Amino acid sequence: MLKVKNINTYYGKVHALKNVTIHLAQGEIVALIGANGAGKTTILNTLSGVIPARTGSIQFLGEPVETLPPDRIVKIGISQVPEGRQVFKGMTVADNLELGAYLRFRSREPREQIRQDMRHMYELFPRLEERKKQMAGTLSGGEQQMLAIGRALMARPRLLLLDEPSMGLAPLVVQEIFGVIERLRRDEGTTILLVEQNARAALKMADRGYVLETGKVILEGAAAELLENPEVQRAYLGKEKKEIWER
Amino acid sequence: MAVNREIIKFLAMVVVILVAPLLVHEGYLINVMVFIGIHTMLALALNLLLGYAGQISLGQAGFFGLGAYISGILTATHGINPWAAMAAAALFVTFLAFIVGFPILKLKGHYLAMATLGLGIIIYIVFNEAVEQTGGPSGLSGIPNLQVAGIVFDTDLKNYYLIWAFTLAAMGLALNLVHSRIGRALRAIHDSEVAARVMGVNARLLKVQIFALSAGLSAIAGSLYAHTMTFIAPASFGFNFSVELVTMVIIGGLASIYGSLLGAALLTLLPEMLRAFQDYDIIVYGLLLIVMTMFMPGGLVKGVPSALSRIRGKLQGRPVPHA
Repeated sequence: MLKVKNINTYYGKVHALKNVTIHLAQGEIVALIGANGAGKTTILNTLSGVIPARTGSIQFLGEPVETLPPDRIVKIGISQVPEGRQVFKGMTVADNLELGAYLRFRSREPREQIRQDMRHMYELFPRLEERKKQMAGTLSGGEQQMLAIGRALMARPRLLLLDEPSMGLAPLVVQEIFGVIERLRRDEGTTILLVEQNARAALKMADRGYVLETGKVILEGAAAELLENPEVQRAYLGKEKKEIWER
Repeated sequence: MAVNREIIKFLAMVVVILVAPLLVHEGYLINVMVFIGIHTMLALALNLLLGYAGQISLGQAGFFGLGAYISGILTATHGINPWAAMAAAALFVTFLAFIVGFPILKLKGHYLAMATLGLGIIIYIVFNEAVEQTGGPSGLSGIPNLQVAGIVFDTDLKNYYLIWAFTLAAMGLALNLVHSRIGRALRAIHDSEVAARVMGVNARLLKVQIFALSAGLSAIAGSLYAHTMTFIAPASFGFNFSVELVTMVIIGGLASIYGSLLGAALLTLLPEMLRAFQDYDIIVYGLLLIVMTMFMPGGLVKGVPSALSRIRGKLQGRPVPHA
């Protein structure tokens, strides 16, 4: 479904992604893990067109998309849940969701279909329905994350890019959100590319994973294998951590 | 249901505006109300950009002036029909803003303020220096009044209805716009431009489009001003006036169409009412603005209702949550 070949992305002079090559098959959940600054978010921003790659190719459903601006990327079926949620704080929950369907309103899609999708979001996240008239800025962190996911889903993406959905949330809320992500794949066949600091939780849910370090993919494989990989266990899962007096 | 309430609110305002001059018999006050109309249109145009999309412009007086001068020169010097001149002014200024908008609106915050400020100043200099066309600092006179089916808009009362017809139309258009998908996208850009872009909003283009619309509306206001006053001079279109427009928007209420009307009305009436203070009027004026921004940060449109409810609460002797 998605083939990313040898992309190089720069922030000014900083070389943030170095020959990154990844792929996703229809219906997969793929996790990108790695330390801070490894380039996980940059991959998502490059895919969504916010920071275009300088070289390399990106194919989505067989079409080259590496030069498209963000709005065209959304149109062809890739939606991003940005890092830190970025809900529109001064707008109501319902307005946030409707904004997610911006391009569908513009292409004059029947209102009833969009309304039906809104109801579906409220069913996925009942807490959003309770708060639909509330300003998004007044929601708790977990609710804002749910809103950010719901907003992205309103564009009816085929590929969902999730940037750190667990960031700063209580374990119970993280569980709830991960439950919804699994449900999306199971019930709707949405393909998901997931960036996570919480490597263990991400790999438990994902089919495959990529490990990034300073802008390069250093390891890839089935999620279960990565969970067992001693290198990954040491660096990202906190296994065999030696206390100072044990060294 | 919410839509109906909006319509009723709008119609109530239309009725008030239609009846207002019949209650006022003084020609001078009607003249002030003509200015309120023009200022409302200008504040409204700026509010779409500043209040909704969150993009500042300190060059609005320039677009206002361009509208006035294009209309003035085409009619007074070249004898073209005033309505055609007004259309030409609006189209030209919209187009100009659309072209310069692309590079300028890539800037953010203070840099955008500086760039639009520069644009306004350039336009102002042209008014002063292109003496052959504009008449330079001494102004351009002999601009004809507008007329429709033999009615010439040459008195304050006639102009009042002419200008308010345009202003109300602009307000109706703006209300429609901000309650649409586009209004939602503008507010989204205001909150988080990156998030708006990954939701599929073409933020760059939309910002330029709203900038062009804002400039075009200001040009129409300028054209109306020229045909009402029949005389224009560069002094009316300087930097000070751009700042005054920003003040109207903020005092009235950001992101509020009715706030634009309130802000324009207040800032047009205040200097007139402060005449009693003679030379000290500017000090009182400044103080009032400071006090208002301190105690009504949401502008008149939010501050007045909350102040009223607080007073009502006090009268009934129950504690009121701090606003």
